[in-house]
Order: sequence, then C-alpha cells, then structure tokens
Amino acid sequence: MKPPNAEFEVECIRRILAGERHLFHDLIRPCERSVYFLLYSLLRNEAEAEDAAQDTAIKVYQNLRNFRGDSQFRTWVLSIARNEGLGRLRKAGSRREDSLDAEMDDSTGDYTPAILTSWREVPFEALERKELGAILRKAIEGLPEIYRNVVLLRDIEEMDVRETATALGITEGAVKVRLHRARAVLQKELAPKLGGFAPKRKGLFGWAR
Amino acid sequence: MRIDCKHVWEHISAYIDGEVDEALRGEIDRHLETCEICSAVLDSTRNVVVLVADDRVFELPAGFSERLHARLDREMERAGSG
Ligand SMILES: [Zn+2]
Repeated sequence: MKPPNAEFEVECIRRILAGERHLFHDLIRPCERSVYFLLYSLLRNEAEAEDAAQDTAIKVYQNLRNFRGDSQFRTWVLSIARNEGLGRLRKAGSRREDSLDAEMDDSTGDYTPAILTSWREVPFEALERKELGAILRKAIEGLPEIYRNVVLLRDIEEMDVRETATALGITEGAVKVRLHRARAVLQKELAPKLGGFAPKRKGLFGWAR
Repeated sequence: MRIDCKHVWEHISAYIDGEVDEALRGEIDRHLETCEICSAVLDSTRNVVVLVADDRVFELPAGFSERLHARLDREMERAGSG
C-alpha cells in the first residue's frame, strides 16, 4: 500500500467542504481496502463487511468537517470503521466485542515456533497457485480475533504500529505483543505446509507449466 | 553472555521489524551465524510475513469499489438536494 499523501488529503478535504463533493471519491479510494478488511476481520462476513464499509464511507463524508488532522486521515477513517463494526456486533448481541477490547494477556499460550533446520524461500510467484493463497487465508482466519486484527492491519495492510494501535484502540505495546504471537502461530501452522511451494532447485521453478 | 534460542524467538517479530536495539541485534546476529534452527525460524517467519502482504492473498470482493462509489454518489446527491 502506498503511503497516504497528507498534503493531497488536506487540500482535497478543503475543496470538498467548499463544495467540490465529487473529490470525495479520490479521497476515500486509498482507504477502501483497509476499511473493508478491518470490518471483515471484525464481522467475519463478506456481505456484512461490505455493507459496513459503505456505511463507514458515508459517515466519513458526513463528518468530514470534524477531521482535525491530528492523526492520519486513514487512521481517522479506520477508527470510524471500527466503531461501525463494533456497533453492528453490539446490535447483533454478539459478545465478541468484549474479547476485542480486553487487553488480555494470555501469555500461557504456546508461542514456540515450528522447529526447522533449513528453509527454502517461497517466492511471490508461488502465489500464482491458488492453493497457496487459500492456505495463507485459512491460517490468518483461524487466528484468535485480537491477533487477526493486528496481523491484518500490520502485515496485510502494512500500516505502522502507531496507526494500527489508534485504529484498533489499543496500545502500541499491545500491537507489538499481539503481532509477535500471531506471527509465531502463523509460522508454526504454515512452515510445515509451505515447503511444497518452494522451488525444487535454485533458479528453477518447481511448478512447471 | 551468549543468548539462547528461546531468547532469539522472543525477539523475532521485533527483529524482523527492525525494532531491536543495536546491542541485541548484534547478539541475535551472532547467534544466527551458528544456529541453523533459529536461522530457519527467522527465514520462515519473514517469508510468511512477506507473502501475506501480497494483494493476491486477500482480495476485495469483485465489484466492491464500483458499488461503494455508486452508493456514495447517491448519498451525495441526496445530501446536495436536501
Ligand atoms: Zn538458536
């Protein structure tokens, strides 16, 4: 994800508020992916996440004059998305939000990695095989909620620690601890499965066409 | 004092993100030179982190963006006329 351009955003917001409403499309476009995946992580349902993403975009539009510029625009948008997601969970009577807000420290979990003695790099090209993407998605979706959110924003949307902490309403320390545990769980789960996606020999791709 | 494997694993995530201080980084680097297990754990963890960031792993639903902007257009029109 390209870093958002703060100058462009400020100028864009000024012009939108002055009446050039159509510019809102360009303003919100770079945030779309992160908004959707944050909501998908919370709601775990594609249709509901999409609906919530649309409602979020509309709320951002309606509240644009309240944006103070003391955080990045995307961070502000994501905190609106998070509130939208939590509100929907609350309405649905789900208790999942409790576990989200709790700064629980379950250090009793097993975060030892899968022990290997060598690793052959799995290159990006391997993602041309759909099964690899499916294996990665399944592992991430299987993470406990509080870890999945952090992985999603940090490793998938490539947001920095501070932005992730603000968007999720947790401390930067919690982001780092959760990310560490999530990566350990992913390594343990995925390392034994990814071996088959590495090229058989150096310079030669195993997945011959 | 030499650090052990467990100690290295505790800092792997921070190491990948470049968030360990110089002294610890030096210790870890020295450990990695001689420990094939920790080297493989580090390489595999980093490999996973790099792969999941690829846009092909998590894709937006088809037509997501078009539907979002169409809804925004309707909303802005309503707000404009109201
Ligand atoms: Zn070691």
